[in-house]
Amino acid sequence: MEVEVEETRLPGIGLRHDFVTAQGRRIGVISQRNGVRHVVIYDEEDSDACAATIELTSEESEVVAELLGAPRITERFAKLREQVEGLATDGLPIAPGSPFVNATLGDTAIRTRTGASVVAALRGDEVFASPTPDFRFRAGDRLIVVGTKDGVSAVRALLASG
Amino acid sequence: MNPTARLLLELGAVLFGLGAVGRFAGRIGLSPIPLYLLAGLAFGTGGLVPLQAPASFFATGSEVGVVLLLLVLGLEYTADELITNVRRQAPVGLLDLLLNGLPGAIFAAVLGWGPLAALAMFGVTAISSSGIISKVLTDLGRLGNRETPAVLSVLVIEDLAMAAYLPVLTALIAASSLVSAVYSVLVALGTLAVVLTIALRHGEGVTRFVGARSDDVLLLRVLGLALMVAGAAEAAHVSAAVGAFLLGIALSGDVAEHIRGLLGPLRDIFAAVFFVFFGLSTDPASLPSELLPAAVLAIVGVATKLVTGWIVGRRTGVGPAGRLRAGAALVARGEFSIIIAGLVGASVIPTFAPTVAAYVLMMAMLGPLAPRLVDPFARRLARQAAQRRPGPPAKKRPPDPRPEPSAEPPAR
Repeated sequence: MEVEVEETRLPGIGLRHDFVTAQGRRIGVISQRNGVRHVVIYDEEDSDACAATIELTSEESEVVAELLGAPRITERFAKLREQVEGLATDGLPIAPGSPFVNATLGDTAIRTRTGASVVAALRGDEVFASPTPDFRFRAGDRLIVVGTKDGVSAVRALLASG
Repeated sequence: MNPTARLLLELGAVLFGLGAVGRFAGRIGLSPIPLYLLAGLAFGTGGLVPLQAPASFFATGSEVGVVLLLLVLGLEYTADELITNVRRQAPVGLLDLLLNGLPGAIFAAVLGWGPLAALAMFGVTAISSSGIISKVLTDLGRLGNRETPAVLSVLVIEDLAMAAYLPVLTALIAASSLVSAVYSVLVALGTLAVVLTIALRHGEGVTRFVGARSDDVLLLRVLGLALMVAGAAEAAHVSAAVGAFLLGIALSGDVAEHIRGLLGPLRDIFAAVFFVFFGLSTDPASLPSELLPAAVLAIVGVATKLVTGWIVGRRTGVGPAGRLRAGAALVARGEFSIIIAGLVGASVIPTFAPTVAAYVLMMAMLGPLAPRLVDPFARRLARQAAQRRPGPPAKKRPPDPRPEPSAEPPAR
């Protein structure tokens, strides 16, 4: 079912997004301009009032987002791992200091240099499946790499130091 | 004792005392503003402990306080927000101003204070305190409530209306004859239009102009620019407060957010000085006789804001409980009423400032209380509305069955 999220501006504060769940409860998130988020749970009896508001720093909200959004990715990941014995998979980060920030997948020549393949890239909660050679990395991306155990470690070393 | 020692001791004692008072106010969920005013009354001439320190220090501090209050308020808004808000909510804003301002004007007329004081009292009773209200909404965890956007947009319109109202009032006070009054109002509004256009259209340029890498440089640049803009605005009879507000609007993006953080503590100190100074310059002996008229004004002021909130809430589609909460949230009056009283001073009517002082004391105290007081009533309204709603009321619905545990074994 499509979730219909309502967006409301809060002048001087930021934005509020809220929707009614399948169970009939209203839940929302207030995004302040300074990165602070509030998770808002509305009252059952009076759906205009909030019953609880929890303030989250930007780091904390990332954790919550990861907890809520990540299982799907990890589940898929776990399945992939099971499917082929002897094949190693890992999620490797493009650290902010990596020489490949802003480089393309083609620039890294990962497959020719290590034998391992990049099957997906994760950026925030976006998933780029089978990225093409012109896919451009950003700091903070995670690459899902498949290959032999040695191949995957070689990719890890390559991403860190070039 | 030498004068420096005396000044430092007294200033220190006042600030320390305000800190204690502020802490007390925070504990019982009140706004510190009425307590700052009372502290000012106590330290002023004719008060409990008159200060010896030169009044010029507090006078300057108070002016800086106004500039900082309005600068930070302006920083909260983006030009884009202001424009969309005015387009959508203009009728509501007009209704709010008339409904709340007219009682003030009528009050002044009944007391025979003359047209200028009537215009000033219009502003004193019309404009809610955005400072108190946004603090209360945050403290009570009501930012997420569905009536809150309506409350905030009323505040935005009031703040913008203020930017047009203050120059007119300043110009009228400065003018000596009808012709010069019309002339200076036109000059003031012309200047306002020019500055507002710069703020709205060229905000990025202004932001780049003050932008700096290090915090201390940024702080000095912004504060310096704000004081210069405020001074120039005052010279053009646009009023210092409005100049600072417009500069705040012009600054935008991440820089504005960053400056807000930097200026916050400074604003808090000087805003406290501003409220204390207003108390200092009011003679406590003149207060008791104004309490009764101010109380009448306060009762009307609460009622008209409740009506405003009800109408605004209904327009944005919230239920009766939300409408009541919106009205209660809007009750607080504070900094703007005092800025207006400061502009008028004793030049027009001697009892003007004490009346406003008594009025703001009451309204700033009621402001944070009203949302808490109406809560039980709001709950009752919500329950009634829920029962009237077609279909099973939310409360009586049987709990949904838990989803069946997945038949598949967990992937491992």
